[in-house]
Amino acid sequence: MENKTIYTEIITDHNVDPYHKHEIEGANLILEGVNPSCGDDITLSLKVEDDVVVDGAYQGVGCAISQASADIMLDLVIGKTKDEALRLSDLFLNMIRSEITEEELEELEEAGLLKDIAHNPSRTKCAVLGWRTLREMFGVEFEYEEE
Amino acid sequence: MNDFEMNLRKDFPILNDSFAYLDNAATSQKPLSVIQAVEDYYKTSNANPLRGIYDLSVAATEKYEAARLSVKKFINASKKAEIVFTRNATESVNLVAYSYGMSFINEGDEIIVSILEHHSNMLPWQNVAKAKNATLKYLYCDENGVINPSDLEELITDKTALVAITQVSNVIGRTNDIKSFAKIAHEYGAVILCDGAQSVPHMKVDVTDLDVDFLVFSGHKMLAPMGIGVLYGKSELLKKMPPFLYGGEMIESVTVDGATFARIPTKFEAGTVNVGGAVGLHAAIDYINNITMDEIVKREEELTKYAYERMSEIKHLTIIGSEDYKEHHGIITFDIDDCHPHDVADILGGLGVDVRAGHHCAQPLLKHIGHPVTTRASIAFYNVKEDIDRLIDALKGVRRTLGYGE
Repeated sequence: MENKTIYTEIITDHNVDPYHKHEIEGANLILEGVNPSCGDDITLSLKVEDDVVVDGAYQGVGCAISQASADIMLDLVIGKTKDEALRLSDLFLNMIRSEITEEELEELEEAGLLKDIAHNPSRTKCAVLGWRTLREMFGVEFEYEEE
Repeated sequence: MNDFEMNLRKDFPILNDSFAYLDNAATSQKPLSVIQAVEDYYKTSNANPLRGIYDLSVAATEKYEAARLSVKKFINASKKAEIVFTRNATESVNLVAYSYGMSFINEGDEIIVSILEHHSNMLPWQNVAKAKNATLKYLYCDENGVINPSDLEELITDKTALVAITQVSNVIGRTNDIKSFAKIAHEYGAVILCDGAQSVPHMKVDVTDLDVDFLVFSGHKMLAPMGIGVLYGKSELLKKMPPFLYGGEMIESVTVDGATFARIPTKFEAGTVNVGGAVGLHAAIDYINNITMDEIVKREEELTKYAYERMSEIKHLTIIGSEDYKEHHGIITFDIDDCHPHDVADILGGLGVDVRAGHHCAQPLLKHIGHPVTTRASIAFYNVKEDIDRLIDALKGVRRTLGYGE
């Protein structure tokens, strides 16, 4: 029954009224991420200047978890350096593996609301899609493996 | 729930009132009689069958062959030798594809596969077509999933070697007129393979009446354990087909240069067979015969009607396929506006309603009818109205849970 808590208002708001689901001007990194088995499909666009993510957005279709997670991720990484963004993605993946401290969880802000998805292996790939795509855009191999 | 239903549900140890199991098209639950029959086999009769001379091996062989006889009667085959035990329907199709397909389908021949097929009755034929340079032709349905015999007549030619089609679609639940398809296939000299995975557990299937050349189905969708399945094949075809798997038990004699093979069906049952599974399937057929297929059909039709009517009342919910509940056979696949099926199934699961979400192993069909991913509720005779009520209550809250108001 714990999965009921995944669909909190904050998560559903990010899905129903996303902040970052649109096109942006001057994106210099664009990558599509797909979960073939369930049809989640996002295209992430980032505008990176001097290793700082100055703007970002996504387009796509998929379940509420995949879309909200991408939206929340962009909230977190816009304005951050590439290294800071990658560190946050490390934390997110650690959270999905249930290997995260309370302090680290706080750094993830709203993304931390997806913590309980770790208990539902069939849905973790939805939550991870945006972060996985971000890592690939920065040339960092995606080493998270599903059970 | 009436007394009959209370007793019926007691036959299934896994069922209780805390959840509604509505994923029966994926696999059925197992009655105690099946579980006990398997247990009893391993407690009292287990030995490697077919080869042993001693009493226990003879007992195992007898149980295995008794199961074969019960399947023969259940689908009204003319000979016991026409029943080949496999792991499941998928393996049965692969057996026919690798053995019959690779031997008797040649370059320039055509294979006709319906768009309704589960991947298990599509990919083996894609593979044969590629390997043999044959042409794969798809038999398309209309937006409601209908394929008429006249559609096959338009597509089939003298070059058609095989027609592969399901009796009941696992996505839209509609029945195909297999008897007419078989007649047309035979007029053109083609053989027909019918996928009975969704029909054999839910309606009387008579291979002699249908006149199909091959019928495949899985035990686990009809109350039996996972890991036992059936291939029915007409004996004249099975006899001329080469073995699928080579090894122990399927031989007559072996020399360093080669072997002669056993008679059918043993020729197709290489290696130690799944006697426990066959015994479970036998018990499952006994259970079905005891409750009667007529009663199963009646109960499932009533429940489908109730579910269809109640689901039709839900705003923003679209049922895929026919508008006539009678054309659903316990399978109701649907979309809820704005809601991804994985979210729907997740929310329903949290409320104790077990349904399937995704592409139901039929991606080409879902693409064809314009619903790439969907949610599916599927009914069995041991479901009760309370299960449907639970589904309806849960469905009504889905859009709200996902933040869409009502």
